[in-house]
Amino acid sequence: MNETSAATPGLAEETEAAAGTVQSTDDTVGEIYVDDPRMTCRNVDVYYGEKQAIFDVSLDIGKNQVISMIGPSGCGKSTFLRCLNRMNDTIDGCRVTGQIKMDEQDIYDGGLDVVPLRASVGMVFQKPNPFPKSIYDNIAYGPKIHGLSDNKEHLDSIVETSLQRAGLWEEAKDRLDQPGTGLSGGQQQRLCIARAIAVSPEVILMDEPCSALDPIATAKIEELIDELRERFTIAIVTHSMQQAARVSQRTAYFHLGKLIEVGETDQIFTSPRHKLTEDYITGRFG
Amino acid sequence: MHTSTLIILLLGLMSLAYYFGRKRSLSLVGGKVRDLHSLPSYYGMQTAMWCGIPALILLALWLSFEESVVTGMVVESLPQEIQELPPERLDLVLNDVRNLSQGDIVSSTVDQTMQQAADHYTSLMGISHMALFVVALSVAILAGLWAQRTITREQRARNRVEKAINFFLLSSSTLAIFTTVGIVLSVLFESVRFFQQIPVTEFLFGLEWSPQTAIRPDQVGSSGVFGSVPLFAGTMLITLIAMIVAVPIGLMSAIYMAEYASKHFRTLAKPVLEVLAGIPTVVYGFFAALTVAPFFRDLGTDIGLTVSSESALAAGVVMGIMIIPFVSSLSDDVINAVPQAMRDGSYGLGATRSETIRNVIIPAALPGIVGGVLLAVSRAIGETMIVVMAAGLSANLTANPLEAVTTVTVQIVTLLVGDQEFDSAKTLAAFALALVLFVITLALNMIALHIVRKYREQYE
Ligand SMILES: Nc1ncnc2c1ncn2[C@@H]1O[C@H](COP(=O)(O)OP(=O)(O)OP(=O)(O)O)[C@@H](O)[C@H]1O
Ligand SMILES: [Mg+2]
Repeated sequence: MNETSAATPGLAEETEAAAGTVQSTDDTVGEIYVDDPRMTCRNVDVYYGEKQAIFDVSLDIGKNQVISMIGPSGCGKSTFLRCLNRMNDTIDGCRVTGQIKMDEQDIYDGGLDVVPLRASVGMVFQKPNPFPKSIYDNIAYGPKIHGLSDNKEHLDSIVETSLQRAGLWEEAKDRLDQPGTGLSGGQQQRLCIARAIAVSPEVILMDEPCSALDPIATAKIEELIDELRERFTIAIVTHSMQQAARVSQRTAYFHLGKLIEVGETDQIFTSPRHKLTEDYITGRFG
Repeated sequence: MHTSTLIILLLGLMSLAYYFGRKRSLSLVGGKVRDLHSLPSYYGMQTAMWCGIPALILLALWLSFEESVVTGMVVESLPQEIQELPPERLDLVLNDVRNLSQGDIVSSTVDQTMQQAADHYTSLMGISHMALFVVALSVAILAGLWAQRTITREQRARNRVEKAINFFLLSSSTLAIFTTVGIVLSVLFESVRFFQQIPVTEFLFGLEWSPQTAIRPDQVGSSGVFGSVPLFAGTMLITLIAMIVAVPIGLMSAIYMAEYASKHFRTLAKPVLEVLAGIPTVVYGFFAALTVAPFFRDLGTDIGLTVSSESALAAGVVMGIMIIPFVSSLSDDVINAVPQAMRDGSYGLGATRSETIRNVIIPAALPGIVGGVLLAVSRAIGETMIVVMAAGLSANLTANPLEAVTTVTVQIVTLLVGDQEFDSAKTLAAFALALVLFVITLALNMIALHIVRKYREQYE
């Protein structure tokens, strides 16, 4: 039934309504399309065994944009995010149907190799998870397995630029040979971001990257996200409405596995059209 | 009237005490548990403990002194000339008396005095048992009654019960520790006696092992040479072969189980591996001696090698097979202990499964794996049955796995099987070997446990 909303993009505008008046959860409210998409998802369903976790989600992820995904716990944000680089493949019994394309390439195509896909769609996790290796090796790991560097100097420069982009260079340059696990939580998370950008991805997925961090480290990462937007496309899951408002251009609201509403971040936070979205962002729910 | 009857009676009394203690505590506060310091069951337990513990302690003390006290009294009653016998002879007589009183076979002819002594012994024992019965039961009842009478609502029964439980646990672990210490000390003392006869240096660095000593001075026979190097060399050779078999196979099967196998396969294969671990070593032993060793010998003849029918190779390979489940289950544990987040991080960067295993999981799990392998080594060193059956008895000093070698454990077995004097160098050598073996395995275990523990800390 979402077919119709996907096929008639103007539908939402036609039924332009006052804030918080839409109640039906059958269709996504708002503009799921963007002019310049990097990834396009159509009618995505995800099942964990028998249990369906994502229901018919269609969404575009725009180039050089930050899109944030919000919603109550358990609504399927992480699950949806993990579809975008096929991390769900690593979970036993997880099944994804529908279509997800990246630059016109269907990423669930049977013949597609996930290795280059995951190299171009990087991921940063909720809990910082540096490998128990040195800081240098943490960053060099990705470039090494993808053969991105020809020699040691090149690898050194990749490590340096990645750390610089992640804003960790100043703090880490004198201790590159020390274990990454010895950094503070915020530094570890930036190390993980540096590790993700070291393989020059096009899209970076972040699943609650700041939930384990203090406000100062969070501010640093948010700043970083804003800078990274120039080069990368970013999808971020967050529980902090302020964070979504600060870092993202578009916001998608999920509820019980359905994409309820999506739109410009300003619009979502000032005049949400769906009743559920309004309840959530005004704190009446979730 | 047996001791077991007494114990059962005491247990019965304890449950009665529990019931009455609990009841009294409840009646003190009119059923309002809230007004009590502790839950009623604690008052019950406290009363039961008072009822049981003093009586049981008394029972234990009584039983341990009864024998000597009664024997002393029997000796007093014996005729003068028997009393003046040297201690060993007296012991023999007393033994006969005891046997007589139990109706067993006696070593010497039964005369009048012996029969009298035996009757005396029997009656004394009977009286003692009776007395024990009465005294223990009255102690139990009195102490229980006293404990029940003195219950007050402020009494800190919970704390006392906790303390008593604490004490019980402590004494159990102390018992275990003391037993171990006792064994170690006895091995140590016997070894010292051995080293008084054979110099330590000869034992540790001697290259020849031939423990046959003449038992009687008039016997012809060698005087025995106790150089333990060939034994330890043999042990190491077999252990090495076992590890060459067990470590790669065990590790790879652990990796497969932990990272590749489907849930379905895992639930099937894990129990099978556990069965492998549960096969008694004696079964592995005759498998090695009857199947594997002849197979290697025939194979050797086919390709023009001389393989002795008892070879280090056969014993080592079978021992390796025995240890596979040990290595694989320990490695499986450490591999599973590597957090999922590590794998996600690696997969998220586009690493394949084998890249992730090689670059992230194995390095992260390595200390734990090394620890597990060291534990397996110490197990292989101490293993006896397989080598007794398959490795041979001749103490060859060789690095050739196709020859027969012998191991420390095999020699300990052969030294102690059959008749022997308890203080000959031959018998005492077993203790010296055991001591060295013990030190080696202890050191290995300590290193291994240290490594494993350190590795655990990383992720906690
Ligand atoms: N590995 C899994 N196996 C089975 N069910 C799962 C699994 N992971 C998630 N689910 C289920 O899928 C639904 C969505 O989970 P998901 O982790 O995507 O939620 P979320 O929106 O990220 O929540 P949170 O904000 O708490 O992280 C939940 O009902 C969850 O129970
Ligand atoms: Mg989540």
